[in-house]
Amino acid sequence: MSSGGGRTIIVLVALLLLLLAGAAAALFVGAAETSAVIISEIRAPRIALTLLIGAGLGVSGALLQGSLRNPLADPGIIGVSASAALGAVVIVALGAAYSSTLAAIGAVIAGLAGMWLVTWISRSASGRTEVVTLVLAGVAVTAFAASILTVVVAVSDSAGARATTFWTTGSLALATWPGVWSTLPFVIAGLIIAVIVVRSLDVMSLGDSAAWAAGVDVDQTRRLALAAAVLLVAAGVAVVGVIAFVGLVVPHAVRLLIGPRHGPLLIGSALAGALLLLIADTIARTIVTPVELPLGVVTAIIGAPIFILLLRRTRAAQGGWA
Amino acid sequence: MTLPTSPPTSTPRLQAVGVRVRARLETVDLTVGAGEVHALVGPNGSGKSTLLAVLAGDLVPDAGTVAIDGQAVTQRDARTWARRRAVLAQETPMAFPFTVRDVVAWGRLPWRGTPQQADDDTIIASVIDEQGLSDVLGRPVTSLSGGERARVHLARVLAQRAPVLLLDEADAALDLAGQAHLDDAVRRRRDAGDAIVIVGHDIGRLAAVADSATLLARGRVVAQGSADDTLRAETLTQAYGVSVSTAMAQGRRIYWSGE
Repeated sequence: MSSGGGRTIIVLVALLLLLLAGAAAALFVGAAETSAVIISEIRAPRIALTLLIGAGLGVSGALLQGSLRNPLADPGIIGVSASAALGAVVIVALGAAYSSTLAAIGAVIAGLAGMWLVTWISRSASGRTEVVTLVLAGVAVTAFAASILTVVVAVSDSAGARATTFWTTGSLALATWPGVWSTLPFVIAGLIIAVIVVRSLDVMSLGDSAAWAAGVDVDQTRRLALAAAVLLVAAGVAVVGVIAFVGLVVPHAVRLLIGPRHGPLLIGSALAGALLLLIADTIARTIVTPVELPLGVVTAIIGAPIFILLLRRTRAAQGGWA
Repeated sequence: MTLPTSPPTSTPRLQAVGVRVRARLETVDLTVGAGEVHALVGPNGSGKSTLLAVLAGDLVPDAGTVAIDGQAVTQRDARTWARRRAVLAQETPMAFPFTVRDVVAWGRLPWRGTPQQADDDTIIASVIDEQGLSDVLGRPVTSLSGGERARVHLARVLAQRAPVLLLDEADAALDLAGQAHLDDAVRRRRDAGDAIVIVGHDIGRLAAVADSATLLARGRVVAQGSADDTLRAETLTQAYGVSVSTAMAQGRRIYWSGE
């Protein structure tokens, strides 16, 4: 217990220090001529949004994986990100300002609707939610939402909707302070709900029946965890689009470092998600200047090999996943 | 002067009255007293897992009630149920590599915020000792052998300290050591006053450990009463539809089927 607890604290503090150092460095890394305005009005909101969205993606992935007992769950996979993007695009196409609270609310409502839809599709006769069906339903909802989104963008007269071609690839290039303020309240709400369900999530690892027998209200815990997972990513999607891989990879990496307990796991996933997105975005905007790479491409290039490596190591150490 | 041993006059620990589940179970009554082990036996599909799910509160019956210590448990509240009965499933596959220490400690979660929480450390230490898990406490449950995993979940369920213990081992592949281990644990909890229901196929073993029994076939009760009266060659033959014979060997009854 003491050695495990000590290791957890060391890892979390190390992540926090890396994150602070990285954020400070990112603020001053870039073009040679750097004015105070560029730092305060362009880089600072971009870094703030990066940390917010990265933390949201990391915690969201951990909540989904824990509540669905599925190591491959991710806000993108179960259809939340695509639904949220559709919701934001529709609101912007109807005339709302990009990065507005209205667009964020549209994304959250559509994200919740997408979540409700996939859980409703996958709900069995006994009232329980089947994990495999849920993931498959998420794939279908993602494809459908992305298609409708493309149609909405094509027919829209709104310059805002047309300009934001990054909806499905993800980019932080348009980050502004209003984008930060429209995302922040939803991320805070998601984190509060996450704290409420954190202890029950551990026991959910036993499976629905055994966890219920052990005294955990399985359906309620899952509902809250899924709602929190939506709140944590949807508002961010309205500002930066869909960013793949962070929600999938980060909880795995943190679990390998400090174990599967959800208390430390959620904190570690917030820190590591923010750190990963910060590194990815810094690479995206600096490595081939003046061209900027799509952020989603960078997260996949960083995320996929790490994921493969972690997968192999964990399998070897634990004799498989099941 | 000693009083003659009388049947317990207090309310039974576990009582199911008129339990019916459409297409699976037809009006079953079941009573298990404190310090009593009850075997639930029958062919595959006879309804014993359905009955166990009703007793566990996992399945709401179409008719009938389940009462524990005289109190009907009506609401589907997970925590209330968890303080009254503990359930050991045939198998509990874990989604993530939690340590043995963590998983056993979950058995105490239903008691958080109650005076019983003060006993957490003592109870956890005693079940870990009873199940011989001291050497694997820091290991992920997912890395253990099948027999070790079964002991971890047994320890977790025992740590719950619920007055009713429901064990489903119908398809569990317990080796001889595992069987002896489980039987020891069952006798300890019986002596502590729990009401215990075991679902299983190893009738000889169940007959040795059980005081009473229910024999089910096609959702109906074929025989019910003391273990000796219920688990007889004639009733078993009737329930299973194959010829069942029994004999005594070194004080224990053994069973076999076929010619």
